Amino acid sequence: MSYKDITLNGLWENNPALVQLLGLCPLLAVTATVTNALGLGLATLLVLIGSNITVSLVREWVPKEIRIPVFVMVIATFVTVIQLLMNAYVYGLYQSLGIFIPLIVTNCAIIGRAEAFASKNPWRRAAYDGLMMGLGFTLVLIVLGGIREVIGNGTLFDGADLLLGDWAAALRIEIFAVDYPLLLAILPPGAFIAMGFIIAIKNTIDHYREQRASKPVKEVTRVRVTAQ
Amino acid sequence: MTFKLAASPHSHQRRTTQQVMRWVYMALIPGILTLIYFFGWGVVWQLGLAILTAWAAEAGCMLLRNRPVRFAWRDHTALVTAILLAISIPGLAPWWIIVIGTAFAIIVVKHVYGGVGQNIFNPAMAGYVVLLISFPVQMTSWPLPQQISQFDLGFLDAASVIFTGFTPAGYNLEQLRMGADGLTMATPLDSLRTALNHQLTMSEALQRPIFGDYAGLGWQWVNLAFLLGGLVLLKQRIISWHIPGGFLLGLLVPAAVVWMFAPEQSVSPVMHMLSGATMLGAFFIATDPVTAATSNRGRLYFGLLIGFLVFVIRTWGGYPDGVAFAVLLANMAVPIIDKYTQPVTYGHGEHP
Repeated sequence: MSYKDITLNGLWENNPALVQLLGLCPLLAVTATVTNALGLGLATLLVLIGSNITVSLVREWVPKEIRIPVFVMVIATFVTVIQLLMNAYVYGLYQSLGIFIPLIVTNCAIIGRAEAFASKNPWRRAAYDGLMMGLGFTLVLIVLGGIREVIGNGTLFDGADLLLGDWAAALRIEIFAVDYPLLLAILPPGAFIAMGFIIAIKNTIDHYREQRASKPVKEVTRVRVTAQ
Repeated sequence: MTFKLAASPHSHQRRTTQQVMRWVYMALIPGILTLIYFFGWGVVWQLGLAILTAWAAEAGCMLLRNRPVRFAWRDHTALVTAILLAISIPGLAPWWIIVIGTAFAIIVVKHVYGGVGQNIFNPAMAGYVVLLISFPVQMTSWPLPQQISQFDLGFLDAASVIFTGFTPAGYNLEQLRMGADGLTMATPLDSLRTALNHQLTMSEALQRPIFGDYAGLGWQWVNLAFLLGGLVLLKQRIISWHIPGGFLLGLLVPAAVVWMFAPEQSVSPVMHMLSGATMLGAFFIATDPVTAATSNRGRLYFGLLIGFLVFVIRTWGGYPDGVAFAVLLANMAVPIIDKYTQPVTYGHGEHP
């Protein structure tokens, strides 16, 4: 698999959120704002790169029978590292993400990549695959967070200073002021509905490209000469 | 051997969707008139807004899907959805409430699933639930029945409240909802619920002026008017008795049992029958032919399930009334109901 294929796979063709539909739990739970989405996306990205590299390096020495527990231990280690780092450096975001940081361990997108890609490929490719899959996941998180934050709250990048430091407070954009937020967009059902629309748009684009790519086949019509 | 006389199963009266839907909204007229009589002109404005939004949303969706717009307008299903939603929400709610709700019902609940006949959820009730969980304050601000309200709102006053939030005299919705004693009053079911939570007995709770003779001033007549319309539909065979019968039975039996054991701590069966959205739900909402179960036996179970869920939600749930949630939950159960109630072809073994 070439690096170009890996890129395309992670970002579009086999996107963990849009196509594999993995990691829906954090995807739906924390995407109420762009900041939360970005924070969780980056955390997942780092865990994914770390776990992919490690799994790829030890793949020759791990017996096939116990590979899943070993993968989980590796992933849990990286999640713990990320959790401690977030606790130390972005405490506000750490508090607002809450239980969903340790729950990255159970994100199927990560163990899925460890099993499907990292355990069969050399470490450089595995690292690159982790990066691309993580980016694809993060991008979907950000889009979903943006949609929900705009519809539900009328803002974008609310609370970005929790993640990026004090300068980022200026990033907050108020698109329109709402007296009554559309609570549905903030609540989990809104996430499901918005996610459905994003997947529908992706499928529409794929369908459109497929139709353009397939050239019209010249039809050969045969005249029936004998009556049966 | 018994010999039963029965009409041939294949001879039936053919009705188009348009004719069925026309009967449905004709049968809604007595209920709507009663609603206007008790809750003021706001209902008319909500109906107008809902119908305009539904037509616009329907046209937009049909254009996007490259299908003829007039075909969709002519089957009147969007019209019925709009009417059902408009009479479910409080009459003086701000205009954007009904617009958002109707647009969601038509676009997301109906056309995303493939348009008329393809939706799995009842569009009007899904729209209602979206509104209820998104804007709980506006959706529970029912106006007082005109008979005990200290304000007399005219046709244009109602429009002014809906579009600007204030009457020309400068009163807002909160002030309009105050009774003569200066307290805001909730709907009968809502105020009973609060009273029971505060350890009041039923006879104490029923002292408030919102309760008329049986089941809340205005509400009992509204429900009776919807019952009348529903009976017309039954007579015309637009609907069969299975769903409304199941619904009312499913609600009445548990309510009566609980009430017999604890009459001072529970809502009476009469109140259950004639308050809230019971009759509207039983005859007009649950009987939606698209989202209900298919066979007659299935429809009976479907109705029973809704009625029982309404009782559960009213008694222990987080909301004072639960017809919308009950209908949506039962919609989800329809495939499994259909699977286990599939009629057996004549001559092919016993019923399972």
